[in-house]
Amino acid sequence: MAEAVVDFPRNFAQALNNQQLRRNLRVAMDTMGMRRRTLFADLEAFERLRVRGDAIRQRALSKLPELLEQLERKCTENGIQVHWAETPAEANQICLDIIQRHHATRVIKGKSMVSEEMHLNHFLAEHDIEALETDLGEYIIQLDHETPSHIIVPAIHKNRDQIARLFHEKIPNTPYTEVVEELNTIARQVLREKFYAGEVGVSGVNFAVAETGTLCLVENEGNGRMCTTAPPVHIAVMGLEKVVERLEDVPPLLRLLTGSATGQLITTYFNMITSPRQPGEKDGPREVHLVLLDNGRTKIWADPELRQTLKCIRCGACMNHCPVYTRLGGHAYGYVYPGPIGSILTPQLEGLENAGAMATASTFCGACEEVCPVKIPITAILRRLRTESYRQTAAPNAVKGHGCKRNLAESLAWQGWAFSNATPWLNALNATLLGLTGSHLSKLPQVGLLKRWGQSRALPPFASKSLHALAKEKGISDE
Amino acid sequence: MSNARTNILARLRAAAQEPAAIPETVSLPGEERGRADPVTQLKRLLENMHAEVLVTDRRSWIDTLKDALRPRGLNGLLYGPAGPLGPTLEANWDSGLPPLVGYTQEVEQCKERLFALDAGITSTKGAIADVGALILWPDVNEPRLLSLAPAIHIAVLEADKIYNSLADAMVRERWAEGMPTNALLISGPSKTADIELVLTFGVHGPKELIVLVLEAV
Repeated sequence: MAEAVVDFPRNFAQALNNQQLRRNLRVAMDTMGMRRRTLFADLEAFERLRVRGDAIRQRALSKLPELLEQLERKCTENGIQVHWAETPAEANQICLDIIQRHHATRVIKGKSMVSEEMHLNHFLAEHDIEALETDLGEYIIQLDHETPSHIIVPAIHKNRDQIARLFHEKIPNTPYTEVVEELNTIARQVLREKFYAGEVGVSGVNFAVAETGTLCLVENEGNGRMCTTAPPVHIAVMGLEKVVERLEDVPPLLRLLTGSATGQLITTYFNMITSPRQPGEKDGPREVHLVLLDNGRTKIWADPELRQTLKCIRCGACMNHCPVYTRLGGHAYGYVYPGPIGSILTPQLEGLENAGAMATASTFCGACEEVCPVKIPITAILRRLRTESYRQTAAPNAVKGHGCKRNLAESLAWQGWAFSNATPWLNALNATLLGLTGSHLSKLPQVGLLKRWGQSRALPPFASKSLHALAKEKGISDE
Repeated sequence: MSNARTNILARLRAAAQEPAAIPETVSLPGEERGRADPVTQLKRLLENMHAEVLVTDRRSWIDTLKDALRPRGLNGLLYGPAGPLGPTLEANWDSGLPPLVGYTQEVEQCKERLFALDAGITSTKGAIADVGALILWPDVNEPRLLSLAPAIHIAVLEADKIYNSLADAMVRERWAEGMPTNALLISGPSKTADIELVLTFGVHGPKELIVLVLEAV
C-alpha cells in the first residue's frame, strides 16, 4: 500500500515551526525518558537484561520458519484459526472475509501498529464496516482523522486543550472541559457502549509463543481485554517476526518492553490468550483468528545484518531519545513507523526509492542504540540504507530500491574528487588555490547543493594551509 | 486462500542461514530478591498502582470483605457460585450488603447485566512480588468478564501463593504444559496516560481494584 509521496523537507520545516507541537513533544519525551531511567536505574542489571532480550529475539529469528510452523500447529490444536498473508491487501481481505461471514458491521479495535501498516480501518470503512479504535489515544486521533504520531502514546502531539475542543465538537452533548479525568470519563462512557455492542474485536500481538500457541497482549486501559473478550469473534493481527520460542522467553521481554516503553515495572494487564471459548466456559470469543503478515519481512530476514531490524519489540524508547524525533514528532516522517526504528524499518518495507529519505533523518548520535532493549544496531543499518541508496548491486539481499539516488553528475564529481586526492600534484594545487583565494565558502556562488546546505548553516572559510602542509610543518612524517 | 503460507515458508527456507551460536544466560538476571517479605512487597507495589490492599486471614476474610463493601452502597456483587469463593459468600451474606449475583449463564444471556453491575469478585491463582501483580486464570466457574466488566474488581489472594517473579510462577506451576483459554496478570485498576502523559485511573476496565490477602491463621 503506497502512501502519498512524502515531502520530507516540507514536513520537517512545518513540524519544526509548529511551536505547540514542539512544546507538547518536549514535555512528553523528557518525561518518558526520565521514567525509563528511573526504572532501569541499575545500569548493570539493565545491561544483563537486554543481553538476554537480544539473545531471545535472535534465537527466535534464527528459527523463524520452524517457529512459525510450530505456532500454527499449536494454535490450531488450541482452536485458534491461523491465516497467512504476504501483503497488507491479503491480510485486509482475510479480516474482511471473517467479519462479513459473521454479518458484522461494528468492529472494536485494540491498539495495533500492524493494523496501521495494513490501513485496515480505511479498508473496512470502504466496505461499510465501522472499525472503532478503543485505546484512548487511538480514539482521540481517530476522531480527528489522524494517524498515530508515536507507537506507544499515539496522541502525544496533542495537548489537553486540543483534545477538549475535539471532544466538544465531535462527541454529541459533550461540554468543553480541559480536566484530564473528565475527558477520560467521557471516553469511557462512549466506549463502554461500543464494547457492549461490538461484534468483532481486532487486536495486535506483542508476543506469540510457539511452544504453547499463546498470544500475549500488553496494555493498561482494559480496552485490549474488552476487545478480545466481549465480542463473539476475535481477530489478532501480527507481523510474522513477533513469534518467540518458549513461554519462559516472555518474562524478560515483558520487563524490557514495559520498562523501556513507559518506565513501568509491569502494565495493568498482561493478557495471555491460548484458545477460543471452551465447552462450559461462559464468555470469551467463540472464534479466535490469528493473521500472520509478511509484507516484506521475509526479505529483510534473509540478510543477516538487516534481520536485526526484526528483533524490535515496539517499545518506542528509540523515539523518546532521538534528537530528531523529539523535535519533529511522528507525522513528519510520513509513514506508519516513525523515529529511529521507523527510519530503518520503513525504507526496507516501502523501498528506498519511496522512503529512503527517512534514513537521512538521523544525526548518528547513537542514543537509540544505547536505549534499545534488544540491541538493534540502528546506526549500522541506517548507514547501510544510505549506502545502498547509491549502490546498484546484484546482491540478492540488497534493499528494495537500491541505487535510486545514484546519478551521473554526482558519480563524476566523486570520481574527480577521488582522482584529485590520489594524485599528489593535483591535490597540492587544489589546496594551494583554495587557500590562496582566502576563500570563504560563502563567497562562492550560492547555487544548488551549496545553496541548500548554506540556508541554515554558517559556511566555514577554507584554511590558508592544507592539512597536508600543516602536518609537514609539524614534522609529522608523510606515511 | 492464496499460497501465502507456502510462499512465505519457501522464502524463509531458501534464505535460511547457519544459526549462529547465541550465548544466553541461564537464569533471568535483574530479579530483585526483595528483602521485604512477599506480602509487604506486593502490597506496596499494588498500592503504588492505586489498588486497595487489605491483609486479612483465611478465617476472617469474609468479614473484612463485608466491612469494605457495606459503606459503598453498591448495586450488586457478581461472583461465581461454583467457584472457590461461592460457598463462603453464600453462607455468610446478610442484608445491608450488595446483593450477590451469580455469573451462571453464558454472556449472551446476561451481557447487559454484567456491564451494569458495580462490583465483581474473583479468586486468584497467585501473585508476583517483584512487579506487584495478581495472576488470574479465569475458568468455567469464574469467567473472564467477572474481573473486567464491573466497575470494581475484588480479588482474593492466598498469601502462600505469592511467587517471586513471573518466571518463577511459570516454572513452578508448569504453565508451559497447559495454558488456559485466558491467563492474566493484573497490577491495579485500569489506567491511561494518553492525554499529556497525565496518569488517570479507571478507563475501560475496572475503576477500582480491591485485593484481600489471606494469611494463614
